[in-house]
Amino acid sequence: MLENYLPVLIFMCMGLIVGLVMIVLGGFILAPRKPDAEKNSPYECGFEAFEDARLKFDIRYYLVAILFIIFDLEIAFLFPWAIVLDDIGLFGIVAMGIFLGILVIGFIYEWKKGALEWE
Amino acid sequence: MIDLAISFWEWLPQWIQILAENILYIVIIMVPLMLSVAYVTYAERKIIGYMQVRIGPNRVGPRGWLQPIADAVKLMFKEIIIPTSSNRYLFLLAPMLTMAPALAAWAVIPFADGVQLADVNAGLLYIIAMTSMGVYGVIIAGWASNSKYAMMGALRSAAQVVAYEIAMGFALVGVLMAGGSLNLGDIIDKQAGGFFNWFWLPLLPLVAVYFISGVAETNRAPFDVAEGESEIVAGFHVDYSGMAFAVFFLAEYANIIMIAALTSLLFFGGWMSPFASWADVPLLGDGFHWFLLKTMFFIYMFLWIRATYPRYRYDQIMRLGWKVFIPVTIVWIFVEAVMAVMQIGPWAV
Repeated sequence: MLENYLPVLIFMCMGLIVGLVMIVLGGFILAPRKPDAEKNSPYECGFEAFEDARLKFDIRYYLVAILFIIFDLEIAFLFPWAIVLDDIGLFGIVAMGIFLGILVIGFIYEWKKGALEWE
Repeated sequence: MIDLAISFWEWLPQWIQILAENILYIVIIMVPLMLSVAYVTYAERKIIGYMQVRIGPNRVGPRGWLQPIADAVKLMFKEIIIPTSSNRYLFLLAPMLTMAPALAAWAVIPFADGVQLADVNAGLLYIIAMTSMGVYGVIIAGWASNSKYAMMGALRSAAQVVAYEIAMGFALVGVLMAGGSLNLGDIIDKQAGGFFNWFWLPLLPLVAVYFISGVAETNRAPFDVAEGESEIVAGFHVDYSGMAFAVFFLAEYANIIMIAALTSLLFFGGWMSPFASWADVPLLGDGFHWFLLKTMFFIYMFLWIRATYPRYRYDQIMRLGWKVFIPVTIVWIFVEAVMAVMQIGPWAV
């Protein structure tokens, strides 16, 4: 079974190689390289960049990332469940119903708390 | 001469034979894919041009047919500017990290009955993994550029992509329930029997959620706040030029074709013909051309949506993802599960 994955692995390597070849060929062999201080300054509407770009950012992006992890794990649990649903039948539905129910309660709580609001 | 070539081939060690064979197949997939990517960009400009009562590109070659080739040649001869304050290795790594998964996802796509590079048992899982990888390239690009616009674009794009990935994942759980397998070939075989046996009918809300999430995942209009030309100029790739930009561009369009192909595979029967009873009539039977036709239709939908809808505001995008799509998909998964176990209607398995 595992040997079926060999083409997948080769394909991934080929994908990386194609990207590498394009950048090396286009950027460093065919294209000119004439850097100067103005050209290499970070883009900012013609101003001098006056501070580092790695600023503090909105906490909501962080919240979204945490919520994403919870829901993505949920999906990871749902995948095998969906495939064997025929075999586990009603018991499977009830079990998953309880699991999803707990998650939905959490989802409603965070909705009411305003974690999903962006103004 | 041919005898010589055959004996040379047999003289090679076996692992080289396997490697060469696989690379040949990969090239057979990749070259048409790259050409399609180039011509989707042309189709986009031309179709949106006509929708806005303009002509679109028409100068290079007859009717502008050589436009994508001219663009590629031009980009190849442009300097790649690496900003002084950037992390230069990450800066150059980011486009490759976007490109590799966008191409590699095609390894498991069934193009026709049994025509598939890798017939793996966890094909759909692999595709989800690959389409999720794309966000790394975006974040690394935004971070490595060390420009405020790029950083903003990367943050927006990442938050948006992960929000819609959940809706997408839930929609795929519905497909798995109906298909009963992670293998893409098996999922298509389950849809045999013509237009009304395809999964779009029992999974109707999930089709809409999946396709709209696909549009949002690829950061396309009307969800293109990550690019947001009018506010953050080009988002995460504002500092990229020349071939480094072109690689991002190619990856974006490869992802569009991917989403279109997946929509046709998972919900619209892939290479199955809509006329199951006319299978003997040439061209109306199953075959690669149906897959191509359906995929082209969904690519056209991407362009059509772009020409039709104005851009969403960021809070509206997040609201749609979290407060509309996730509840809709959770409810529908539950409905579908109950229907499937109770053996009711088209959901019975």
